[in-house]
Amino acid sequence: MPSSSAPAARERSTSIPAVLARVVLLGTVLAVTAFTVPITIAQQQWMWLIVILGAAAGIFVLYSTRRFIPGKYLFPGTALLAVFLVTPIILTVGYSFTNFGDGTRGTKQEAVDTIVASSVQQSEDSTWYTASVATTGDATEGPFTLFLVDPADGTVLRGAADEPLEAVDPSAVTVAGGAVTDAAGYEILDAREVNAAYDTLQELAVPVDDSSAVRLQGPDQAFEGTTVITYDAAADTLTDTSTGEVYTVGTVGDSEYFVDAEGERAFSQSWLQGVGLGNYERLVTDGKIAQQFAGAFVWTLAFALGSVGLTFVVGFALALVLNDPRLRGRRAYRSILLMPYAVPGFISLLVWSNFYNRDFGLINQTLGLDLNWLGDPTLAKVAVLLTNLWMGFPYMFIVSTGALQAIPGDVMEAARIDGASRLQTTAKVVTPLLLVAVAPLLVASFAFNFNNFNAIQLLTEGGPFLPGEYTRGGTDILISMIYRIAFGGSGADFGFASAVSVVLFAITGVLAMIQFRFTNVLEDVN
Amino acid sequence: MQIRRKNFLTLGGLTVGAAALAACGGDAESSTDASDAAGAASDGGGEEGAAPERADADLVIWADEVKAGALEGPAAAWGEANGLTVAVQTVADQLQPNFITANASGNGPDMIVAAHDWIGNLVQNGSLSPVQLPPGTEETIAPIGMTAVTYDGQVYGVPYAVETLVLYANNDLTSVPAPATVEELVEAGRAGGAENVLSLPVGEQGDAYHMEPLYTSGGGYLFGTTAEGDPDPSDVGVGGEGSVSAGEKIGALGADGVLKTSITGDNAISLFTDGKAAYLVSGPWALADIRTAGIDVTMSAVPGFDGLDPAVPFAGVNAFFVASQGANPAFAQQFASAVASSPDIAEQMFPHNELPPVNLELQEKLAADYPELVQIAELAEDADPMPAIPEMAAIWQPLGQAQANIVGGADPEPTMTSAGEEITAQIGS
Repeated sequence: MPSSSAPAARERSTSIPAVLARVVLLGTVLAVTAFTVPITIAQQQWMWLIVILGAAAGIFVLYSTRRFIPGKYLFPGTALLAVFLVTPIILTVGYSFTNFGDGTRGTKQEAVDTIVASSVQQSEDSTWYTASVATTGDATEGPFTLFLVDPADGTVLRGAADEPLEAVDPSAVTVAGGAVTDAAGYEILDAREVNAAYDTLQELAVPVDDSSAVRLQGPDQAFEGTTVITYDAAADTLTDTSTGEVYTVGTVGDSEYFVDAEGERAFSQSWLQGVGLGNYERLVTDGKIAQQFAGAFVWTLAFALGSVGLTFVVGFALALVLNDPRLRGRRAYRSILLMPYAVPGFISLLVWSNFYNRDFGLINQTLGLDLNWLGDPTLAKVAVLLTNLWMGFPYMFIVSTGALQAIPGDVMEAARIDGASRLQTTAKVVTPLLLVAVAPLLVASFAFNFNNFNAIQLLTEGGPFLPGEYTRGGTDILISMIYRIAFGGSGADFGFASAVSVVLFAITGVLAMIQFRFTNVLEDVN
Repeated sequence: MQIRRKNFLTLGGLTVGAAALAACGGDAESSTDASDAAGAASDGGGEEGAAPERADADLVIWADEVKAGALEGPAAAWGEANGLTVAVQTVADQLQPNFITANASGNGPDMIVAAHDWIGNLVQNGSLSPVQLPPGTEETIAPIGMTAVTYDGQVYGVPYAVETLVLYANNDLTSVPAPATVEELVEAGRAGGAENVLSLPVGEQGDAYHMEPLYTSGGGYLFGTTAEGDPDPSDVGVGGEGSVSAGEKIGALGADGVLKTSITGDNAISLFTDGKAAYLVSGPWALADIRTAGIDVTMSAVPGFDGLDPAVPFAGVNAFFVASQGANPAFAQQFASAVASSPDIAEQMFPHNELPPVNLELQEKLAADYPELVQIAELAEDADPMPAIPEMAAIWQPLGQAQANIVGGADPEPTMTSAGEEITAQIGS
């Protein structure tokens, strides 16, 4: 609340529009919070609940009073940075210490439940009944009783969890359309009620004899079957009741599984566990990865530098030529040169990939060559750079044209008066001036190409791979190699992929630092 | 996560692009299909490959765009007959990971339509509920369908269609429309004077799926068999003696120019439909293009090498699966029973998405009007269901790569051995 000791400030900020704006802002925040908090609670998204409440509290504290002026300016950027940049990084680092992936997503309880639920087996020659679910109590809580009609002879049976199947006096029930529709003393559930209570009903097994029980299948059918696997919570073991075999928890690789007596994995279901530095260890100790990392890193640098260099040289040269006022139809030329930029990137890449086909590709057929573009590691590198040149030069062309037109004419005039030739003017005056303007863009372009996954994946998929080499192909950059390591082989392994991402994050961090130094140097020149 | 996201975008883009290209190149008959596909794909692209919000209905089914389109009508009719509302939602790409994550968080569908080889991964993620089939089902469904959906002794899905590789012969380019051996095929293809004898996609990265018939005929196998008859991940056949002799056979075909790394999944079918190849190894998905091109073809089983094992391609079975965490498990089970106990739903889906059916009654019904599709379903009986164990994921890249390298002239023995080592290492980790 405004303090009485600052009348001048009060006068300044209590204009009606300012108050209105503040009320509208805080009201909106309140409304959004009130709307999203129940949703996040319902979905058990605790992290986002904390984020939302924290952000709302922050906004109220900062913007409802006249204090915290710097905070008012810093808050939006900082909050967004924390939510969208810092949080994913923290999560990634967190996951890198777990075995999170296919087969290890849930909790141990979920894994046990799945194993047990999946072990229901139909008895030999199981009778299938038309079933009706009835209750003497509540439609969602039970207790439930099954009324069964044997489709073969129309006998009506009744049973519940602790009441074995018994025949029912036909006069006590009404049977219509092959199913019991009314029973004295019971309320029959309709299909939707059965569906709502289905999780409870799945556990309902009406004993037939020692080994099998009648279970509900869908809203209106029942069959005779048995749960083969049972879980003993006290001993933490699974037992196969048909063979008597007992499975205990044991460690296979980095993760715990239920294993048989020989220690072999008996069920593929596992659960989320911490594995410490296991993922990092694997990254370092897997000889193939460590060995290929350096090669991939060198080619990634070469690819990124080559792409930036080539596109810039070609783009700049074309921009210089088309900047000459003596050239007629410059507009038309410029539009044509921008064409590659107008075609969606993934289409160009796929089309180019077909152009390079050895036997049926446009390039070899038109030029009458027999070059194995995508099968030879060196030629494939050339192909990748050529394609990236085609994709990237229009951008450099636009940027350079813009920068050229921004260079004041009197500077060039001064150079000419001082006796500089055209070439000298271009090299000594125009280029340095232009570089100042485009250097940050070149750095950005380098950073983009350093992680240009699409260019590699859509054109060569990292290939060609030499015989016996499966980790790194001839044109693999770091990101495409890492993608293959993390997701290419045995399904999704997010824990390992996170560890790899953390390492890559560190590397790009260092590179970014170097890049910033580089831009600073350029700026210092002027 | 960043990496996966990029891939979603890429694939989303790919589908839109492919559909757009198809729309440009289609003729009068196929252009309606193409524009439908384009529409569906751009819906998917708009969502950047993310899973849709679960629809509000008594039964929610997720499927890829083609199958969703075919299922919509029959599912709605079934719902109406049972007093339920049914929503069929398209997940344009990445159906499997989207389903696994959505299901785990409780926002997933009640059922999905998918290929049987997903079972292994879905089961290890606890995403599926087993289905209990009504008595008599096994007599009405082709054995290959039942084998495919049975995993670890439990039935997880209700099969409705099967796909496998067959040999298409262009009758104008060869006098032997159904060669009994690969050698006969090569000879007849050469004699016919076609530009290429055989169009079998290899590509620079290899294609272990399309190479499987030749690989098995040469003596190779992927996994041994456990006592229960399931694939055994501790016995990897790649790198073994059989795989090497298969490699030698494949390498010889590569040296002869019959197999080429320049024939890829992108151009294999078009080479055949353009009359530039005498034979094509492909599945039922090639039929539409072949019909459009108006080529006189004969279909037969993919032949093996002379005097060696028979060629055994993979069979892929499409089935309905019940989600473990769906909101309406009872209705999902009810729908599964309905598909299992009568061919009606599969029959109603057929005109919109022509796939070889596994229901025997339906096979008989369609035999007169769609002989090719029924023939593929019959040929699939001799195929092997693609192994559904999660370890299968480790096979594709190294084996395909090794085969492509061998076609390109690499020494079969060390190449196959290294592929085997790579696969074993990936499975072990």
